[in-house]
Amino acid sequence: MIDALRELIRNRELLYMITWREIRIRYKQSVMGLLWAVLMPIIITSAGVVVRVAASRVSGQPITGADIGGIGVKALPWAFFVSALRFGTTSLTGNSSLVTKIKFPRLIFPLSSVLTSLFDMGIAVPVLLIVLPFAGVRPALTMLWVPLLLLILVIFTAGLCIAFSAANLFFRDIKYIVEVVLTFAIFFTPVLYDAAVAGKWSSILMLNPLAPILEGLNSSVILGRQPDLRWITYSACVSVLLFWSGIVFFRRLEPRFAESV
Amino acid sequence: MSEYALRMNHVFKRFRRGDQHDSLRDLIPSLVKRAVRKDRERALAPHEFWVLNDISFDVRRGETLGIIGHNGAGKSTMLKHLSGIMVPTRGTIDVTGRLSALIEVGAGFHPDLTGRENVFLNGVILGMTRSEVKRKFDEIVDFAGLEEFIDTPVKRYSSGMFARLGFSVAAHLEPDILVIDEVLSVGDFAFQRKGIEKMRAIAKSGATVIFVSHNLQAVAEFCDRGILLERGSIVADGPTDQVIRRYLDTAISHGERTVRGPVRIVATSITGTGGEIGRFSAGNKARIKVLLEASASAEKVAVVIQLFDAAFYDVFNTSSERLTHSPVCLDAGQRAECEFEVDLHLGAGTYYLGVYLYRYDMEREYDHIFPATSFVMTTDRDTHGAANLYPVVTRFEALSETRPATLLAPGRSQG
Repeated sequence: MIDALRELIRNRELLYMITWREIRIRYKQSVMGLLWAVLMPIIITSAGVVVRVAASRVSGQPITGADIGGIGVKALPWAFFVSALRFGTTSLTGNSSLVTKIKFPRLIFPLSSVLTSLFDMGIAVPVLLIVLPFAGVRPALTMLWVPLLLLILVIFTAGLCIAFSAANLFFRDIKYIVEVVLTFAIFFTPVLYDAAVAGKWSSILMLNPLAPILEGLNSSVILGRQPDLRWITYSACVSVLLFWSGIVFFRRLEPRFAESV
Repeated sequence: MSEYALRMNHVFKRFRRGDQHDSLRDLIPSLVKRAVRKDRERALAPHEFWVLNDISFDVRRGETLGIIGHNGAGKSTMLKHLSGIMVPTRGTIDVTGRLSALIEVGAGFHPDLTGRENVFLNGVILGMTRSEVKRKFDEIVDFAGLEEFIDTPVKRYSSGMFARLGFSVAAHLEPDILVIDEVLSVGDFAFQRKGIEKMRAIAKSGATVIFVSHNLQAVAEFCDRGILLERGSIVADGPTDQVIRRYLDTAISHGERTVRGPVRIVATSITGTGGEIGRFSAGNKARIKVLLEASASAEKVAVVIQLFDAAFYDVFNTSSERLTHSPVCLDAGQRAECEFEVDLHLGAGTYYLGVYLYRYDMEREYDHIFPATSFVMTTDRDTHGAANLYPVVTRFEALSETRPATLLAPGRSQG
């Protein structure tokens, strides 16, 4: 694990270049350019608004700006997670010519998918910052939690990407499984709704390591409240464990990559 | 520092032939099958073989080593081990110094990025730092001769331009050990020359160069030492000329056999009318002899010969039938000999001869051996290409009156 990280630090220029390539290609190829990064979160947010409107009809409670702001705040990290995992899973198989022809730490591929998606999120954040005040959100000290929460999110996502990229190289149908799971995972993750709607069952929802992060972002940015530290700790532990075991798994399979790709 | 740049100690690599599960959907039924029918499955266990079988050799610093062998002898696998892309099943590989491997020109180039962007990307992928690439950028572009196209996406490049840029990046790596696989077969002739010159300069600067190629001529020209690989083992190691000769000698017996029919090729030879073997000058006459033997009675056997150049491009083929010679019918145990006389109007290089036994009316192949033998062509003129047209410059002088260029015939070639 330490070796792996040291190797990555030694090859940081390569990680930078591969990420730069991904970003460059993604923005060069699409006519929409930068709009691309904003599109997914907008779609997710709109879906969330529809769900909320429907829910408020049933419950009789009016929707507030904070509700919609909350969806936006959760939509961005969710879009990041989905795109990183989608690109990350195929990052090794998609770069087969590099994997079989040139020697360098292959961890760079899944990690660059994460960084590329992080860049997309970075593009979308200013847009969100412009919109949020209209939803009645005021700057609060609790927003200082955001960097920590994002760090946990990145570690969690990277762990999954690393493990799935290696697995997909040996079993090519992993990517279809990932696609299907990602499509429906939004129902099991409090993105469009808050975990609290599940009432006494909400702690089951919170077992999903993404849930505490998203809920934490919602409370620190929108509600101006401190996130639930117990759940955040839980998320952080799961993420670090996943990241660590992902790297161990990846490194164990790495010698066989070139023959299996 | 050690006197060796690279040492391989008893390196083995196991490959699996046949079924490999690469989807979960296949894996699950096969696990079930294996659980249900344990014994039978073991009898049908997937075939494994050694693609590298006990390989040991040392390369001194500054040495130029050529690795030759037939297709499937394990050359590329060996390079992938040298460069660390693959890991041996058993044995160790010690590398001293910075090793750069050029397994494929322009691996990692992205079609949508410009030449400039790809130079940076590829340079870093191959192990340079960005500041190194920046420093050498002009040199790289200049060497490739692509100044005007450097800001064009490489998808608009011709394959030659693409290869030139790729080679140029790799040639500016300044490694201690340079491993090259077949990459000089790219680009036009002038650039190939330039590439060989560059490699020579790299070798002269003290770097160790390991070179794999089908192009025996290039290997002979460039390497001090050769290694001949056969089915994953080293069968010859020594001065390049000797190793190449050994390779040519064994070429006959190790051609790939495909069909085992009632009649088979026993021996093939190509001999100059002056008695030359293995090496001919352009314009020589030579006889190709094929000896065949029937194990059971065989009807209407025709002999097909085919010549390939070093890039395995089919430069010539014909057959006894197409030369209006009637096919022969053989009884069990009977032998036949077929002889072609050819004028070798071939360009310089290595050529491989393939032989087929074929029945035309049934479109049936009896036997097939490739390469049955190989030989080297030399020429006294500096020409390139599969054909030798015996060029002579008959006139080249400045004209006294200046004419408008439009009077030149349209479609005149620039080459």
